[in-house]
Amino acid sequence: MNVFYSVCLVLVILSMLGLLYRVWKGPSVPDRLVALDAIGVMLISAIALLSILFDTPFFIDAILLIAIMSFIGTVSFSKFIERGEIIERGPNS
Amino acid sequence: MDLIADMIIVLLVTVGIIFTIVTVIGILRLPDVYTRAHAASKSATLGVMSLLLGIFLHFWWNEGHFSVALLLGIVFLFITSPIGGHLMTRAAYMSGVEPTDLTVGDDLKDAVIEQRIESEKNTPDDK
Repeated sequence: MNVFYSVCLVLVILSMLGLLYRVWKGPSVPDRLVALDAIGVMLISAIALLSILFDTPFFIDAILLIAIMSFIGTVSFSKFIERGEIIERGPNS
Repeated sequence: MDLIADMIIVLLVTVGIIFTIVTVIGILRLPDVYTRAHAASKSATLGVMSLLLGIFLHFWWNEGHFSVALLLGIVFLFITSPIGGHLMTRAAYMSGVEPTDLTVGDDLKDAVIEQRIESEKNTPDDK
């Protein structure tokens, strides 16, 4: 079983390298943002596989943390690309 | 019983890995941002959800550890991933990234022009 999970981990890491190529090459900034978001999702998969390989459930808590931070990063980056500022102010403030 | 549990876990993890690889192929080979965001949000979400479900079942059946944090992570990914994909595509459109030549229709363009005219009409002149 350990060999199977190791092969899966290697495949996930190779996928992250393929996405890094898109981050490096990407013609526009939203291209790089899409690839970075997918890298965050694949980091979650890699940590889940690592927690099986190391045989400990303590890595599981990091998964939730990375999911939340990745979502906040995606939202703030897209707001920044769209309007040039992250926190918008109304006309009265 | 142990063999059946292992078979189900291996099946779920394999499905997750296959969808992960499909995501990478889609992001590397599709022509523009909008199709790439489609590949990234849908396929990556299904892949990571299937893999996390397999690992949740592994910790539950083989180790006897019912991990609520893992279930919460699956639900959180299921909720936030389409929102993130939509926000990224919208930011790309509003910042002026051109779609590929193969695109058939662009309904958002008319709506954006209409809204821009409307907001200019409602702006007071003494600003």
